[in-house]
Amino acid sequence: MATAAMRRCEITGLSVDRAAERLIMLNAVTAVVYLTIGGVLALLIALTRWQAVHLLAPQRFYEFVSAHGMVMLIFWILFFEVAGLIFASTVLLSTRMVIPWLSWIAYAMMLGGSVIATVLMLGGKATVMFTSYPPLRAETPWYYAAVLVFAVGAILAVVHFFINIVAARLRGDVGSLPLFTFALMGAAVIALWSLLSGALALFPVFLWTLGVIPEVDPGIYRLLYWGLGHGAQQVNLAAMVGVWYGLASLTTGARPLNEGLSRIAIVLYVLFINMGAMHHLLVDPGLGTWVKNVNASYFMYAAVMGSLIHAFSIPASMELALRERGYRRGLFEWLRRAPWGEPGFAALVVSMVLFGLLGGISGVIIGGPQVNMISHNTLLVPAHFHMTVVAGTTLAFMGIAYYLVPLIFQRQLLFRRLAQWQPYVYGLGMLIFGIGMGLAGHWGVPRRHWDITFATAPVLGMNLQELRPEIAVFLAMMGVGGIIAVVGGAMFVAIAVATVFLGQRTARPAVGRIVPEAFSPYPANASGSGESVAVAAHRSFEVPGTLVISVVFLMLFIFLYGFSWFELSRVPWKIG
Amino acid sequence: MASRVSTLAKPRGVWWEALGRDERLWVWLTVIWGIAMFLMIAFVWPLIGEEQNRLRSYRVDPVTFAGQAEAFIQHYQVGQRDGVPVVAPPPGSDVYLDARAFAWQPVLQLKRGESYRFLISSRDVQHGFSLVMPPHSINVQVLPGYVTVLELTPEKTGEFPLICNEYCGLGHHLMIGRIIVTD
Repeated sequence: MATAAMRRCEITGLSVDRAAERLIMLNAVTAVVYLTIGGVLALLIALTRWQAVHLLAPQRFYEFVSAHGMVMLIFWILFFEVAGLIFASTVLLSTRMVIPWLSWIAYAMMLGGSVIATVLMLGGKATVMFTSYPPLRAETPWYYAAVLVFAVGAILAVVHFFINIVAARLRGDVGSLPLFTFALMGAAVIALWSLLSGALALFPVFLWTLGVIPEVDPGIYRLLYWGLGHGAQQVNLAAMVGVWYGLASLTTGARPLNEGLSRIAIVLYVLFINMGAMHHLLVDPGLGTWVKNVNASYFMYAAVMGSLIHAFSIPASMELALRERGYRRGLFEWLRRAPWGEPGFAALVVSMVLFGLLGGISGVIIGGPQVNMISHNTLLVPAHFHMTVVAGTTLAFMGIAYYLVPLIFQRQLLFRRLAQWQPYVYGLGMLIFGIGMGLAGHWGVPRRHWDITFATAPVLGMNLQELRPEIAVFLAMMGVGGIIAVVGGAMFVAIAVATVFLGQRTARPAVGRIVPEAFSPYPANASGSGESVAVAAHRSFEVPGTLVISVVFLMLFIFLYGFSWFELSRVPWKIG
Repeated sequence: MASRVSTLAKPRGVWWEALGRDERLWVWLTVIWGIAMFLMIAFVWPLIGEEQNRLRSYRVDPVTFAGQAEAFIQHYQVGQRDGVPVVAPPPGSDVYLDARAFAWQPVLQLKRGESYRFLISSRDVQHGFSLVMPPHSINVQVLPGYVTVLELTPEKTGEFPLICNEYCGLGHHLMIGRIIVTD
């Protein structure tokens, strides 16, 4: 009876539970729909903030910024992550979905809540931004109710992930989890407390808008809210790292340099990364200097260490795998011979470089309590998280979709040439976008703001662009980069939609030059650690190329970090 | 030596092994850099550069604060600009800054090189104090019911735009104030 509910994948050899497969498809398709909505909004917003174009009227702009934030940061990402959680806890372990109806309920709640919230935001009934800070109030309490329903649905989906894992373990289907699943388990733990924290923040606001309680403390709301607001992004971080490892194994046959080290780095996320949530309160009233200092630095850097370990460990594993294949001349032959034309590898590299260089470093810099005073709520903040969530997480998810969509939907991937270019187009757009946005922010341009020329301000008018004309150039970069990135995003959506609806049905879809033994615990060419190979080329280090790259990266980090303090010292007013 | 396993496959047996030479080197570098950043934020820059986030705050009833701000404006008002009172408080004094949708009150006229204690709060929703001096800005969060206390010493003369950088409603972009610094 179990055989009817399961199929064996002819490419990977994994057993696929049909119930899990249907839920993965549904969540992934919903995610891509939200990505498309969010992308259209992104284009309109970028064309408004490009002050020379200034497309939308103010009210429309604020409505769209609200919807864009919610649709992208919560709906697109969480639906895709739920698909990933189901995949990692069933298909990848060749095991069963334990309570499919629980995930159907979760999906129904997530879908219902997100559709209502999106419609209300686009209709101007909840123009309160992603953050919905009280005492600013949405026109209708049902907005908060919709978000709460979504959050409870997402919590159920995460709970089912744990049920799947525990059941697989009790049945003896799995001992140690694959690293990919382990990373997603880290993401799931973070997701649980961040969704709970968000529900705790929003429920009183819902009661307040109904008139049940008289007021909500805005300071306490911020503390709880950012447990979700930033916590959700750390779910993305952990999930993205899992996808990075997965893509490295798929496209180069990478096996982690040191399994234990990579897992410790994920545990560091779970234990310490929640401290990052307090970054949003660094210039708030209500918290003292030392709470801010200790959270923002002492504890937070344990999580930064986790990221630095992955930044080393992932390229190191690829270097090792490629050296074993014979590319062992010099420091970088392995890098030159890497599969640059494989969409998964391209997405992995572009995602890692943009996330690390721009997203990660900028986050640590503006996350310091002192430097935060010259960056809080400027465009530098969205520049940071567009580099992490958009250039990093979203691109990594796109990269893995090029393999999982054909394998799960059993369809031939269409437009493969387009897929090969997509990560580069998207990455180039995000690079230009991010640099323009970041510089504009450093120059003092605020986020979520319709008109920095203040042409419509009745009193005390002034013009930031007249004050410093280069700001117009930065905002133009943001506009042009945004257009290129939206083109890159549209390429992905076109490939995904075409494949799902028009791709030829087949049990053996062509999935590029992936390494077939990536799903097997006993690789055909298992040659131990690969140490003997490394010794032949380099007397002492296994992964000399990666060490060089990592140290250069660290030096750039140190330089930019030092430069941020120099900039702080040049502010023409003395603070404190 | 344990064999390495693909990240997409279940590892069998014992996969734990000691860190190799490459990993040890990198882990030490990250630990040292983490500690260095902590020491810089907590001790080094506060000591040698006097750079520390010393924001203070207290709770206040919005009505009380509005009354204090009105009294402050009446006491030190020296003129008007676009219908907004211009206030020149004495050096070293407390300066009340009152935020509401969509205005900053009053316009402040300060002396260069003198320090002032800014007491900033909101009458209605959350706002963002952002003093723009490209390529820099000074930003703090302003909440109703709380006073954000910020000590500032202008070291350059000129007129500095004060904008709101926390979304506060459909007229958010109209919320502009000004601080004038003279010799």
